[in-house]
Amino acid sequence: MYSLMINGKRQKVAVSPDTPLLWVIREHVGLTGTKFGCSKAQCGACTVLIDGRAERSCQTQVKDAVGKKITTIEGIPDNNPVKKAWISEDVPQCGYCQSGQMLQAVALLKAKPKPTEADIDEFMSGCICRCGTYQSIRKAIHIAAGMSSKGGGK
Amino acid sequence: MSRIVNISRRDFLKTGAMVGGGLILGFSIPGAAPGTPVKPKAPFSPNAFIRIGTDNIVTVIVNKSEMGQGVYTSLPMLIAEELECDWSKIRVEPAPVAPEYNHTEWGQLQGTGGSSSVRSTWDQFRKAGAAARMMLVKAAASNWQVSPDSCRAEKGYVINDGLNKRLNFGALAEKASRLSPPKEITLKGPGDFKVIGRPTRRLDTVDKVRGKALFGIDAKVEGMLVAVVSRAPVFGGKVKTFNDEKARKVAGVKHVVQVPSGVAVIAADFWSANKGRDSLEIEWDLGENAGLSTEDMRARYTGLAATAGIVAKKEGDAEKAFASAVRKLTAQYEVPYLAHATMEPLNCLVDLRKDSCEIWTGTQFQTVDRNNAASISGLEPEKVKIHTMFLGGGFGRRANPRSDFVSEAVHVAKALKKPVKVIWTREDDIHGGYYRPMWHDRISAGIDEKGMPVAWRHTIAGQSIIKGTLFEQGFIKDGIDKTSVEGAADIPYSIPNVYVDLHSTDVNVPVLWWRSVGHSHTAFVVESFMDELAHAAGKDPYEYRMALLDKHPRHRAVLEIAAKKAGWGTPLPKGHARGIAVHESFGSIVAQVAEVSVGKGGEVRVHNVVCAIDCGSVVNPATVKAQMESGIVFGLSATLFSEITFKGGRVEQSNFHDYEVARMKDMPGIDVHIMPGKEPPQGVGEPGVPPVAPAVCNAIFTLTGKRIRRLPIRAEELKA
Repeated sequence: MYSLMINGKRQKVAVSPDTPLLWVIREHVGLTGTKFGCSKAQCGACTVLIDGRAERSCQTQVKDAVGKKITTIEGIPDNNPVKKAWISEDVPQCGYCQSGQMLQAVALLKAKPKPTEADIDEFMSGCICRCGTYQSIRKAIHIAAGMSSKGGGK
Repeated sequence: MSRIVNISRRDFLKTGAMVGGGLILGFSIPGAAPGTPVKPKAPFSPNAFIRIGTDNIVTVIVNKSEMGQGVYTSLPMLIAEELECDWSKIRVEPAPVAPEYNHTEWGQLQGTGGSSSVRSTWDQFRKAGAAARMMLVKAAASNWQVSPDSCRAEKGYVINDGLNKRLNFGALAEKASRLSPPKEITLKGPGDFKVIGRPTRRLDTVDKVRGKALFGIDAKVEGMLVAVVSRAPVFGGKVKTFNDEKARKVAGVKHVVQVPSGVAVIAADFWSANKGRDSLEIEWDLGENAGLSTEDMRARYTGLAATAGIVAKKEGDAEKAFASAVRKLTAQYEVPYLAHATMEPLNCLVDLRKDSCEIWTGTQFQTVDRNNAASISGLEPEKVKIHTMFLGGGFGRRANPRSDFVSEAVHVAKALKKPVKVIWTREDDIHGGYYRPMWHDRISAGIDEKGMPVAWRHTIAGQSIIKGTLFEQGFIKDGIDKTSVEGAADIPYSIPNVYVDLHSTDVNVPVLWWRSVGHSHTAFVVESFMDELAHAAGKDPYEYRMALLDKHPRHRAVLEIAAKKAGWGTPLPKGHARGIAVHESFGSIVAQVAEVSVGKGGEVRVHNVVCAIDCGSVVNPATVKAQMESGIVFGLSATLFSEITFKGGRVEQSNFHDYEVARMKDMPGIDVHIMPGKEPPQGVGEPGVPPVAPAVCNAIFTLTGKRIRRLPIRAEELKA
């Protein structure tokens, strides 16, 4: 039995120690906003925040997530500038990769509140979008950065 | 301004009982847990597509799958245009499988593909909206004892200006439900459009941003198990024997069953099932494909393309014209197999009972999947229910005439006798077949003293997507699979003597439509070769095309806008060059200008793509723009990175590290220009793809003098 802190809530799960956090979140905790894409840290669909850092939950074993603060897309408040910008830019197409994209963007803006184009390329290139929403994502990140600097949202 | 259309009873079967009962039962809507019964207050169901509740909620039942292309917004827009409802009251539900939801152009088949959703529902959905509005107006008029002609509908109300009275749709719903649908409907003319043509936000954005949109992979039912399947490492291979002793010892693994496609390991959760699969010992009979190799196939295709195939197009006398031409150019082009690599790996949840079968999945082919599920389960098709979930990308992969991922899941459920969700890993997906076919093209042109083409010969070799499927009758004529030669047998250029022929190869690799289908290779070949001709003639590639498009004003207009907006002919930074291409597909014409640079190591960087499209009437310009961007990125992946190759019968790639696709760092700036159109709308989901590869490769030629004739582009070919 592992006790995890996900989105501020204590969750107890009985799984084998090597189970990836991704599947614990999806199947055992029931938060399906975090997506499975590759199991190899190649696509970024499973990105969550672990102690504020963007991590691939497919590569994090459940035993290593104990004692850490885990945030999934469901734990990002609706007034977060990234979520707001994603809505205002109508970013998603199929939408499958977008939870990962947004959490990666949240981490980017924490590290670089005013990201350059090069920062965005570097931070965001681990998250694949087959619908090709990259241009909208880039724009939404700049908008979110603007909101944050004006003190909007959280 | 408007036109009268007669509507048949078939169009407007009153489906009240069906819609009010069967459809609601166990029905899933985006944002609700699958299987949650929806009980809307909905007494007014004027047709299969609309339900209006006393709470004023207008539910649009959409019979097209939402895979990112925006149909859950654009199709409701068609209804809203005529219904005159309050847009904020619109809700969307995916349609169940029923004859009313069949594609208007595909016969007895419900499905999404061929960039046809808006085009094929353009009249149907507007008529559905108009019929509902007329019934609501009639209900109000009868309340007020006035003529319906003295009333109008606006933003969810029926209004009588003379009486200064208004009633909302919800208040009229019950009364309207007792009226018969109108027999004649007047549709608005384009001049009166209020919804159509306005950039409109997607109705599914908020759920997708909150992580609440439910995809097939998110579906669950009580008591459900999870399965992964070990499939033959070579196409056509079969299980000889297997030992599941170790697999069964893996914690969580509950069953191991053999199914036609391989061996399924079933567990309480994905991770246990996957570990169980890793512990399986299977001896395969690899079959006759065990020696398959891409290198052998290339040699074989090259040889084939040098011989005559089945004639796909013959105009004038190409042979004679070649003999008298001043000069002849010949080139050979190649493109590889490609996986769709949808972000959401394939999956399918099946709850198979003695006398019913419920399926939750992201599919583009509801009727086909239902019928295949029925035949496997031994149930009548009507006993099989398909719950269409959001699709995490489709690109054609989820429209399989053989229903591979659905059929397999039904087999697993049948063996198991418990609800089960089969999940594919990325490796399963990349190895899973149903690829865009590998193609080899041999193309020649004879040119006159002015450098203009007088003869054209194009020989194509590759697998037929249609052969052996239920679509043979519609798509294969006189031995020609139309999808193999589309974009090649119908080139728009004024060339007097044209000969196009086809070799449909017999290779045991499953192939399927991949976003833009045949156009994904023919545009690359035709538009690259046009560029070769222009350079051989010493002419500007844009001017050269314009001269040869004298009979195609729409092509000329699109090409002209793209060239103008891209600043064609104006100076660029050192080391940059532009390339241009234009291509018609799915009724729309798209021109693109790519600005490219090449690094010392031969690495290609696409800086900008300017795109112009003529897709007839534009329903949602925001969607058209998004789909052009999407198509360009999809095409760029194929241009720069992706290929599926075989060695020893096995696929050499396995995941995104070796089946590479475009990422943020590869993203060009994209600038989309939409031509205003009054004709009925045409496709937008696919037409953005075909011109990218030739536009990029044509720019590379201008920059380096090196002609790319094989995709994806190989850096070693471009090293300084």
